[in-house]
This record gives sequence, structure tokens and C-alpha cells, in this order.
Amino acid sequence: MKHLALLVRTVAAWLVTLLLVFPLIWLVLTAFKTELQAIAVPPQLFFTPTLESFREVNLRSDYLHHAANSVITSFVSTLLGLAIAAPAAYSMAFFRTRRTRDILMWMLSTKMMPAVGALVPVYVMAQTAGLLDSRTALIVVFTLSNLPIMVWMLYSGFKDIPPDILEAARMDGASIWGEFTQVIRPLAMGTLASTGLLCLVLAWNEAFWSLNLSSAKAGTLAALIASYSSPEGLFWAKLSAASLMAIAPIVVVGWFSQKQLVQGLTFGAVK
Amino acid sequence: MNRLLPRALMAPAVVTLFLWMIVPLAMTIYFSLVRYNLMQPGEKTFLGLANYEYFVTDPDFGPSVLNTLSLLGSVIAITVVLGVALALLVNEPFPGRGIVRVLLISPFFVMPTANALLWKHMMMNPIYGVLAQVWIFFGAGPVDWLTNHPLLSVILMVAWQWLPFACLIFITSLQSLDRDQMEAAGMDGANPLQKFWFLTLPHLGRPIAVVVMIEMIFLLSVFAEIFTTTGGGPGNESTNLAFLIFKQALMNFDVGVASAGALFAVLLANIAAVFLIRLIGKNLD
Amino acid sequence: MSFLELRGVEKHFGSLKAIKGIDLAVEKGEFVVFVGPSGCGKSTLLRMIAGLTEIDRGVLFLDGRDITRLASSKRDLAMVFQSYALYPHMSVADNMSFALRLANVDKTTIREKVRRAAEILNLTQYLERTPKELSGGQRQRVAIGRAIVRAPKVFLFDEPLSNLDAALRGQTRVEIAKLHRELGATTIYVTHDQVEAMTLADRVVVLRDGSIEQVGSPLELYDHPANQFVAQFIGTPQMNIVDSTALPALRDAAGVTGPADGFIGVRPESVLVRPAGRGRLAGRVGPASERPVQIVARQNERTDLQPGDAVGLDIVPASFHLFDRQGQLVSGSARG
Repeated sequence: MKHLALLVRTVAAWLVTLLLVFPLIWLVLTAFKTELQAIAVPPQLFFTPTLESFREVNLRSDYLHHAANSVITSFVSTLLGLAIAAPAAYSMAFFRTRRTRDILMWMLSTKMMPAVGALVPVYVMAQTAGLLDSRTALIVVFTLSNLPIMVWMLYSGFKDIPPDILEAARMDGASIWGEFTQVIRPLAMGTLASTGLLCLVLAWNEAFWSLNLSSAKAGTLAALIASYSSPEGLFWAKLSAASLMAIAPIVVVGWFSQKQLVQGLTFGAVK
Repeated sequence: MNRLLPRALMAPAVVTLFLWMIVPLAMTIYFSLVRYNLMQPGEKTFLGLANYEYFVTDPDFGPSVLNTLSLLGSVIAITVVLGVALALLVNEPFPGRGIVRVLLISPFFVMPTANALLWKHMMMNPIYGVLAQVWIFFGAGPVDWLTNHPLLSVILMVAWQWLPFACLIFITSLQSLDRDQMEAAGMDGANPLQKFWFLTLPHLGRPIAVVVMIEMIFLLSVFAEIFTTTGGGPGNESTNLAFLIFKQALMNFDVGVASAGALFAVLLANIAAVFLIRLIGKNLD
Repeated sequence: MSFLELRGVEKHFGSLKAIKGIDLAVEKGEFVVFVGPSGCGKSTLLRMIAGLTEIDRGVLFLDGRDITRLASSKRDLAMVFQSYALYPHMSVADNMSFALRLANVDKTTIREKVRRAAEILNLTQYLERTPKELSGGQRQRVAIGRAIVRAPKVFLFDEPLSNLDAALRGQTRVEIAKLHRELGATTIYVTHDQVEAMTLADRVVVLRDGSIEQVGSPLELYDHPANQFVAQFIGTPQMNIVDSTALPALRDAAGVTGPADGFIGVRPESVLVRPAGRGRLAGRVGPASERPVQIVARQNERTDLQPGDAVGLDIVPASFHLFDRQGQLVSGSARG
């Protein structure tokens, strides 16, 4: 009886999952097709895979350009964000005051305002500063958008370090800097890495600001893919190939940052 | 050291976030009270609440608010209900559970524009799309999703993307469910349905609230999907508040009206944010 | 001057005076135990000596130097924490050598010291493991090893045995005592367990509500408690305290002369059980429901007595303690 239940559950789970993930599977398959195969009716499940579409996409110079923009904006904004957030989180975790909690909650609340609320002023400011369609503008906006999440996640990670380990280090003769380099930094490396990864994902996938603030020069992959909305001629296979290249690394990174996702995006409200 | 160092460490983050919060807000309020067209900069006459009036009396306003609420409500309902169901399904071990979980969460990491186009072309295209083929296979006429059911199509795309998020939250929460409590209930004579109703569901109460609030906040800004697929149309059938503001600002170049609209959106988001902050506050030692 | 001296040391938490003017002198090589009920301030006092908690008023001297305002890292004190506080990312060897590495001691010396400490504590085969891979008892020994390696001026122990199971606790207690005999190091040891205090200490400091109630050797505290609190805190089962007006017969049985007010204290082993009808007092075995007074007696021989049996009681002569209404000692037992 138990075995039957297990069987039913397994089949149901796999079936539902495959159904749910089917669009992605289809995307992967289509990326390896030719354009004609891509629009074949009825849709082909079995075909000889080809890298033709990937090649064609890569030949488009603007693909590489946009990919570079994505890489640059997401990495720089993540590093910049960590540089600003880490000291703040460190201070809040180890030099707590009565107002620490309030400040932290205020920081989280800034993330809760919808992006559309800031669209107009940010656009106007960018335009006035001549920063429209610039990587700088995107980097600034990405950094600010992810900053609350970074501070929050780093703060949680720092707090997890048991305080008596730090006291033991003090008794052992460590100065404040020694405490930081010998004890805190090694123990917090994991948090730093996973926070960075999560924010990398969020910046890479960011579409709202990319679509509104950038265009040909600073557009990220998110914006480029949007331009496939109604191009001429057959384009499904190319779209799939382009999308696959754009999303594959991020999806994989995402797999590794599941726990951080829960902590980061729910602001710790779910344990 | 004692006072200066902590403050210096926190300063960059606090200052930048403060500016990020205040400056756009102040500017938005200012813009909403003047006439400001991007095509005619320099002309900023004070209009009082005229912009608000204009925004609210826009024939697109009512529908866009309705669409926003529909979008919000439907996506939340779908993600919560299906999310709980899925989480329960994969909670107990079974062969391949690790892979299943990894697969389930994938849609969340697909960038919104890719997500939108994936659905628009590969799935929903009435001739070549997969859904069309499936409909034909079952003998029905294919549905032209984006033309005939634009809002529903957007809802579908967004729900597909956010379902993994809800599911992941619930899976995490279910792991802290007290096994002993379940066993005790079983010995007290509870069947699986009763166990779900009286034990599991209350335990999920908090995560569900969190998911609802988070989605309310983030889904208010659904934009990329609409921009990439329906462009808000046909007409205003799939225009939500965010897209309407975008249209006013970057298509009509009427910054004043767009700002008025933006404040509405901020107001809506604040409602959810207030509750969420309180919930988080309880969690922060 | 003594090796470690506290003079008028105080600690305030807001308006609360957690430590109220402590004076204490510890000699070199002594094993001093701070004991007292929870909240009495023993851990706070220890942490003030360590430098982890600031001293608000008073002075702290170590080996002639005023270290009241000195940072923990410079006091040359080693602390064994209740939670062991091992560095999770370092091996046992690295944990133990951390302080020496910070002091830039040369590698050969470090290796030698770690090796010797590991030998003493039976940790040699675990030197390359990380704390995660060790049992509770092993981790505790690493914490001790970390302190030994430094050869500090004073060892500070903060309830080191409370996280161990009972059997391990007894065993480790013996090891700590042996260690102290071998190394002869000055030690301050905090515990809430009076058995640990009595078996390990050269001198015991009994604390209550931030003040010292009494300082003395274990036997001194046992035989001549300065007040009722110490009398009842030290000794298991607790000393019997009886209001002198409640049981006049007890006064006669104990041989108490003089004023009648206050409390009479008699330790359970000084209460002798006789067959019913004999002895100065009459009693019944069992809980004191209808009886005026309950007295606990202890004897080492087996007994066939059942609850409800009638017995007679005698008190060993001159073994009582008299306390006034404020709990202060009026006259003590002649023993000891």
C-alpha cells in the first residue's frame, strides 16, 4: 500500500513538474533547431540538433555588445553594492544600538516601493545628466535596488557568528582588525558569496529599468531579447538560442542560491 | 572609536538609500503638481491637483486599475493555491526529488522579457505555438491568446514565473512542520485531509501571508511582460497601472500626469508594505 | 599585594547595580571558585576580570599592575567559555595555537607547546580535525587546551562543565583537578554547582545579588557558614532551618542556650534517627502535612523505615548553628 502511494506520488510529481517546466524544455529544444524546424507543424520533438541558430545569433554584433552590457552592469553593481552594504551590515551586527533594528527595517522598506514609482524622476534625472542609455545609469539603479537586500542578507550572516567566538579571539589577543580578518571574514565568506550571487541574478534579469533607461548603447540582454518581439522573417530558433544563452547561466546560478532567495526576498519573514 | 566607527561604516548605505528614497519621492510629488512635458521642458506652471484629476479621469485609468487588481489577484491566487499544492506534493521524499525541486524553481530565474517572448511565440502563437497544437490535438480550435485574451495571457506568463517563488517559500516552511505533531494527530484519529486543514494550513498561514504581500509589492510593477507582448492592448485591455504611467511619461511625455499616477501606485504598495514591515519586525529579534 | 586583587569593583546596568562593591584577593596558584544562584553576578564578575565587560567602579590588579582599563587582548588571561567558543573554521591545532600565532611566536615553539598540551589532554589524534567533527567532551578539552598553551597568568573558567552529560562532568572534574595540581596555575572558576565548588576549590567565594556572602575554604564554609544563605547553599541535602519558636523541643534536643529568637540550623547528618519512643524528639517518617516542622535526616546505613512510621530523633551535641532574624550567624557549631 505504501509502495502504491509512493508510486502515485512520484508519477504525479514528475508529471506536474515536466508539465510546468515544459515551456523551458521547449525553449531548449527549439534553440537547437533550424528556423524551419522551429515552426514545423505539428511541433517536432525529435530532430537532429544543430548549432546553426547559436552561430547566427553570435554573429550579430549587437548580441555580444548587449551581453557585455549585461555582464558589466550586473557584476559592477553587485560589487559596488557589496562594498557599500558590507560595512553597514558589519556595523549593525557587531555594534548594535537601540536604533539598529529601526534602521534595518527602514532600509528594507525602501525596497518595497514599486519601481514604477521612481520611473519618472529617475528618467528625468538621467536625461538631465545626459546619462540616458548609459551603463552608468543602469549600474547606479541596479546597485540601489539591490542594496537593501544585500544589507539584510549580510547582516543575517554576520549575526550568525556566535559572539563568544569573537570574545575568545579577543582573549587570545586579537585586535579589532585581527578579529575581522582571522575570524569574521573566513566565517562570513559564504554569506558574502551567496549574497553576491543572488544579487547578480537579480541584476542580470532586471528588465524594468533596462527597458526604460537604455537602448542601443547600454541595453542589456533583457532589452535585446525584448526587441525580438516582432522582427521580420523567421526568428524562433534564433530567439530561443539567444534566450537560452542569456538565461542558462543565471538559471544554474539560481539553483545554487535557493536558500538565499528565500531569505533575501522575503526579508527573513519565512524561516 | 566607540561612536565614530559604527556610524562611518553605516554612512554610505544609509545616505545612498536615503537619497534613493527621498529624491525620487520629492521629485514625483513636485512633478505631479506642475505642468511638465518632456518635449517642452522649462515650462513648469503650477497646476495644483489638475494632474491628478486628469490621470483619474483618463478613460484608461479605471480599466488599468481594474486590470492591475485582476492581475494581482489572479497571480496571487494561482501562485498560492498551486504553490501549496506543489509544495505538499514534493514535500515527502521520492526518487528524483532533488532534480524535481531544481526544475521547479527554474522559471523564476528566467528574465521577464525572455519569459514573455517564450510564451508569446512558442506557446501562444495561434498557428505554430505549442498550445495551439495541443488544442488542435484535442479537436478544439486554437485560441489566439494575445489578441483575444490579452490580460489572461499576461496573467499566465507572470503566474508561471512566480509560481516557483511561492512554491519554494512553502517548501521551506513545510520543512519546519512538526512531525511529532502530525503523528500525534494521526493517533488521535485525524485523516490526511483533517491533518492538512488543522495542522498544515495554519502552519502555512504566515508564509502565505508573506508570499501575498511580497507579490503584491513586486507585481504592481509588472511591466516587461506587457511591454514585450501586448503593448497594453488591444486598446487598454492589458494595460495595468505601471504601463499606464509608462505610457503617460515616455509615450505622451506628460511627466506631470505620470507622476500623479505614480503616487497612486506608491500608495497601493504602501498598504501591503505596512503589514509586511510589521511581520518582519516581529521576526527581527 | 596578592597576585590578583579586586577592590571596590562595581558594575551597573542602567539603574541596576549588578555587582556591588566586591573586594577579593587571590594568591598565586590558588584555585578559587565563584559560586552562587543564577543571577548572582558570578559570570559578570568573571567577565569583568577578563575584560569582556567593563568595570564601572573600583580597581583590578594583576601581578602588581592595574589592568582595570586594559583591553582583554592585553591582560594575559585565558578563558574557557561555557560554549567552548572554538573557531569553527580552524583545526584543533590551529584553534590551540591561535593566540601564539597572533603573538608571532616562532613555529617550532608553537608546535611543541601544542603537542604537549594535546598530550596532556589526550587530543593528539584529533589535532587535524575541525570542531564539527568532535564530541562535546573533546571540544571542551580543546577549549582547555587553547588556554593551557598560552600559559597565562590566570585561567578563567565560565561554567565549563554545564554542557556535558553527568558522567562526563564527573570525569572532567577530576581531570581539571589533576591539571591544576600538575600546572599549579592560578584559576578562577565559575559554577552554579556547589559540588564542583566544594571538590575543586582551594577557596570558595559565595555570591548573592552581586555581593560576596562569604569567602573561605570549602570546609570553612561548610562547618562555619557566616549566614543562613551560605549555610543553606552549601551542603546537600540542605541544612535544616527551623524557627526556634516553632519547635521548642528542638532547642532542648540541640542543647541551645540563651535567647529564644531566630532560627536553628542543623545539618541532616547531625540528625540521628532512633527507634520510636527513644530520643529527645518524636517524629514520623514522611512529608510534613499535619506536622509542625519538617526535618531532614541523613544516615548512611540502610533502613527499613516506611512513610508513616514513628521515630525518635536526637541531635549531635554542639552541631547546631544559630541565626538571627536577619539571617546572620549568632553562634556556630563547635565542630571543624
